[in-house]
Amino acid sequence: MPTDADQLLAVTLDGLSGLIAALIRRGYRVAGPTVRDGIIGYDEIASLEDLPRGWSDEQRGGHYRLVRRDDEALFGYAVGPHSWKRYLHPPLLQLWRARRNGDATALESDPRPRERFAFIGVRSCELHAIAIQDEVFLRGRHADPHYRARRDGAVLIAVNCAVAGGTCFCASMKTGPRATAGFDIALTELITDEGHLFLAASGTDIGRELLAQTPHRNATPEQAATAEKIVDRTAQRMGRQMRSDDLHDLLLRNLDHPRWSEVADRCLSCGNCTMVCPTCFCTAVEDSSDLTGAEVSRSRRWDSCFSVDFSYLHGGSVRQSVRSRYRQWMTHKLATWHDQFGSSGCVGCGRCITWCPVGIDITEEVRAIRESGHS
Amino acid sequence: MADDPMLPRVARVRRRRRDGPQVWTLETEPEGGSLAAFAAGQFNMLTAFGVGEVPISVSGDPAEPGRLLHTIRAVGPVSTALTRLEAGAALGIRGPFGAGWPMSEAAGRDVVIVAGGLGLAPLRPALYRLLAERPRYGRIVLLYGTRGPEEILFRREIESWRRRLDIDIEVTVDHATAAWHGHVGVVTTLLARAGFDPHQALALVCGPEIMMRFAAAALGEAGVADEAIWLAVERNMKCGIGHCGHCQLGPVLVCRDGPVFRYDRLRTLLPVKEM
Repeated sequence: MPTDADQLLAVTLDGLSGLIAALIRRGYRVAGPTVRDGIIGYDEIASLEDLPRGWSDEQRGGHYRLVRRDDEALFGYAVGPHSWKRYLHPPLLQLWRARRNGDATALESDPRPRERFAFIGVRSCELHAIAIQDEVFLRGRHADPHYRARRDGAVLIAVNCAVAGGTCFCASMKTGPRATAGFDIALTELITDEGHLFLAASGTDIGRELLAQTPHRNATPEQAATAEKIVDRTAQRMGRQMRSDDLHDLLLRNLDHPRWSEVADRCLSCGNCTMVCPTCFCTAVEDSSDLTGAEVSRSRRWDSCFSVDFSYLHGGSVRQSVRSRYRQWMTHKLATWHDQFGSSGCVGCGRCITWCPVGIDITEEVRAIRESGHS
Repeated sequence: MADDPMLPRVARVRRRRRDGPQVWTLETEPEGGSLAAFAAGQFNMLTAFGVGEVPISVSGDPAEPGRLLHTIRAVGPVSTALTRLEAGAALGIRGPFGAGWPMSEAAGRDVVIVAGGLGLAPLRPALYRLLAERPRYGRIVLLYGTRGPEEILFRREIESWRRRLDIDIEVTVDHATAAWHGHVGVVTTLLARAGFDPHQALALVCGPEIMMRFAAAALGEAGVADEAIWLAVERNMKCGIGHCGHCQLGPVLVCRDGPVFRYDRLRTLLPVKEM
């Protein structure tokens, strides 16, 4: 749905507050950014008061710190270690349980979550990440009913980025910083002499309906122009850049590049990058049973291609070296994802750079291969 | 939830039969009726309740979907638990998954089957179909290699096929005592003596990955085009439906795009170490 200035509405802080209250009244489980444990993470929120008002984040390779802003912005930060996959594709999920009763064994699964989700503060890179996981879990021959149950009917309230993080490179991946599709409502936060406002565009019927019930004015052309300028400025201030048009062939041509060994000397194979990545979707399953074996269950948990067990076949793992595991992760993300799911698996959010304990930078690794590899 | 692809059906072991050292074939019957019909080369995810789940190829005849056979080697906790299930015991089953052997492409052509060890199990459904519809195909050749004579899978069945005049079967072992009077050597050495027309033959290959690479190379040297060679690849799998990420082999998801692949798709991938 195109979002032009005619459809832009100006909503005040009270208006946004009312929107959150309306979502809660409608039975949505509202999740949004909030300060906890020294980060801005995603958690359930009850009101505007839970949002990270006046906070920003300082990010570079292996470094993240909350910093105070000199204004009261609610969305004046980049992204934290959480992504929305923690709700749509939970870290741990029971798939089914079975009870043995005499001779009979009965299996049951219940993929329906108790509530519908509304996410506030979804960034453009994250809208793209959600679309990428939709492709993995919903568009193949088999759909994941657990993901579908959480995804269907989820309301996405996006925020156009006013701040480019130190490790952001969405402009390179063409996934931001402006939300262009996949949202129900997209907000741009404006703090000017006129006060603290949000310019709101709707992308869907539910978005329009929610905004219609939120007190608003029509945005002025000046306000719309200011909002545009903010996002343009963010695009120009990306902390990282990465040429992305040739990555598929570049990386697959360089599977034996010495850089993989070099990065393996630094990589701890901890899997942090896969946990914070908003598109990484891999899982393992675990079966458990009670002492008598009468009640058993299977759960699914996030897994990481950085673990040795990930590729285990009888006799040993396919990818024993850190070199091969880093190569698997990066070539999957940037190259073979295209073959498997028709797009890149990277949205340029920079989380893997920030949350790497040794600061390995995917954009830097690509650059090293591009500059000295087979071209 | 009726359409949950991760939810197994409960099945019962109807019969269990030893087919080699640590190898058992389970005949199972899903409760509440058969699974969807399977194609030769497809696999199911089998659950030993309370232990775990593993992918196992179907080793029975696709024309008999009610007689669901899986041939399992006890190598890990799950496969060991499965092979210990006795008649009447419950297991979980979901499937069938994956792409099987290109049976429709085999029509009118010579078919060369190259199997190594347990790799004969996923090829047996293809053999059943080839022999059942024998006039549709040219020459049919089965080249089978195992480590030792005692590890020859489906031995009585191979012996009964060998009595037929319309299939050429050669068996070789890596090591043997004087009691063995057959071939000794790797399976690729059998190719030279196999009488098939390399220019119109279709080759179906399954076994350890290193054996498949050598078999594909030897077939190529014999004149078989990459596009006429098909391999079944094994990878770690947790879901069977393309969602868990474990079975990646570069650009392909083995469970979804395979496990049977045309060789030209894997040719450059298989030699890459730790891919």
